[in-house]
Amino acid sequence: MDSPYLILDYIVSDPFVEGAEMTLLITAVSLLIGMAVGLVLALMEESRFPPVRGVALTYLWLFRGTPVLFQLIFVFNVLPSFGVLFSGFTSAVLALGLNEGAYMAEIMRSGIQAVGRGQRTAGRALGLRDWQVMRYIVLPQAARIIIPPVGNQFIGMLKLSALVSVIAVEELLLVANQTASANFRYLEALSAAGLYYLLFTTLFMIAQSWIENWARRRGRRQAKRPLSLTQRLLGVTSGEARIR
Amino acid sequence: MNDRTVTQDSRLLRVRDLQKSYGHAVVLKNISFEVQSGRSVVIIGPSGSGKSTLLRCVNLLENIDRGTIEFMGRNIAAARAEAHRIRSDIGMVFQNFELFPHLTALENIALAPMKVRSMPTRDAYERGRELLAKVHIPEKADAFPDELSGGQQQRVAIARALAMNPKLMLYDEPTSALDPEMIKEVLDVMLELSEEGMTSIVVTHEMSFARRAADHIVFMDQGEIVEDAPANRFFTDSVHPRTRKFLQQILH
Repeated sequence: MDSPYLILDYIVSDPFVEGAEMTLLITAVSLLIGMAVGLVLALMEESRFPPVRGVALTYLWLFRGTPVLFQLIFVFNVLPSFGVLFSGFTSAVLALGLNEGAYMAEIMRSGIQAVGRGQRTAGRALGLRDWQVMRYIVLPQAARIIIPPVGNQFIGMLKLSALVSVIAVEELLLVANQTASANFRYLEALSAAGLYYLLFTTLFMIAQSWIENWARRRGRRQAKRPLSLTQRLLGVTSGEARIR
Repeated sequence: MNDRTVTQDSRLLRVRDLQKSYGHAVVLKNISFEVQSGRSVVIIGPSGSGKSTLLRCVNLLENIDRGTIEFMGRNIAAARAEAHRIRSDIGMVFQNFELFPHLTALENIALAPMKVRSMPTRDAYERGRELLAKVHIPEKADAFPDELSGGQQQRVAIARALAMNPKLMLYDEPTSALDPEMIKEVLDVMLELSEEGMTSIVVTHEMSFARRAADHIVFMDQGEIVEDAPANRFFTDSVHPRTRKFLQQILH
């Protein structure tokens, strides 16, 4: 049985290390795009002007109403026929990020709404403008509230990133598949990729509980009961199942 | 003629025929009253009588349906676009303190001067420390709100309002959420401020404060001003039966 050695070989081989880097990069960039889009959408949904809210709702309807895999393939294959040509990586982070934004909007919005009305009133009473109240009073408090659900999204995104193998981006899953198709050692190649995924999710969950503890110290008012690692793994924090 | 001019100038706030409704429910009707510069007006009345709403109308946190609000000689009810600038001259203290929980006491106080008045950080912090000393908790500069007692939080909230050098202070039931032993420390700060000449409107149930600090007492019931009298006459000579009944209830 040489399997364990082969798995180890794969793990330290250049293609797998590069694939792992690509997976992390796609995850991080997509999540950042998702957070930016989500924040804009959440603020639009809070707007006083119905047309602005309408645009946001249309976005949510489009991106939550179609599969993310469909969106990925759409960006990669259909946009070029309109003269918009992206590399595999750009298509990947664009599709994943835009899709993520539609889900992140809900998280951002619940965070913003969790900050009491009295806080806004207090800010306005001091002479702050509405955007200043948002920037200096509401968002910093909302940021602490949304740390747990955003952490979940990160783990979800890490796993979702495997989808981009279908548009030929050299991330972990595609590397594993290609490696295996050369010698049919699927068990070893996929195990190597799987171990990377497990390593990343585990490390991230540990980092997440550190971050949450830090946030709890700076904003005890919103403190909630700490979560166990099992709960984190199951993604219980946001109270909403992740269905795509 | 001369007398008239003098009265005109000393009048910091003058509300006339203010009317406000939520949908069909009229919550404030025909409200008219004045606050002279350097004086304190105490508003009392049963809950739901519109006292808090009136305060919120005065610093434009609520829209009004009708009437005028003259502040420093100008009708601010018609100046919605500048509402934030007008509010920066009017301090407000809330029943639930509403300190910003993610900021320290000092940061709470320094925020508005820095962001609204573009005051340099060092000056804002220095001023913040002075104000904390003024409300008798200089040692709490770096404490977060949840590390402070209710009375301390409310005093930080007063300092935060004072940081903008307001011309008028609005207190919305500032001691109602406090444990009895903490009420005095907040009232003492408010008394000191009015003795220094701060103009204020205070919605409160604390009759001891009304007796000591108020120049005028306004009694409201069901969205109307029932009685408005100088403090020294209010408790003894109030004429309206509704006022008498309310006073009997709260004074036992």
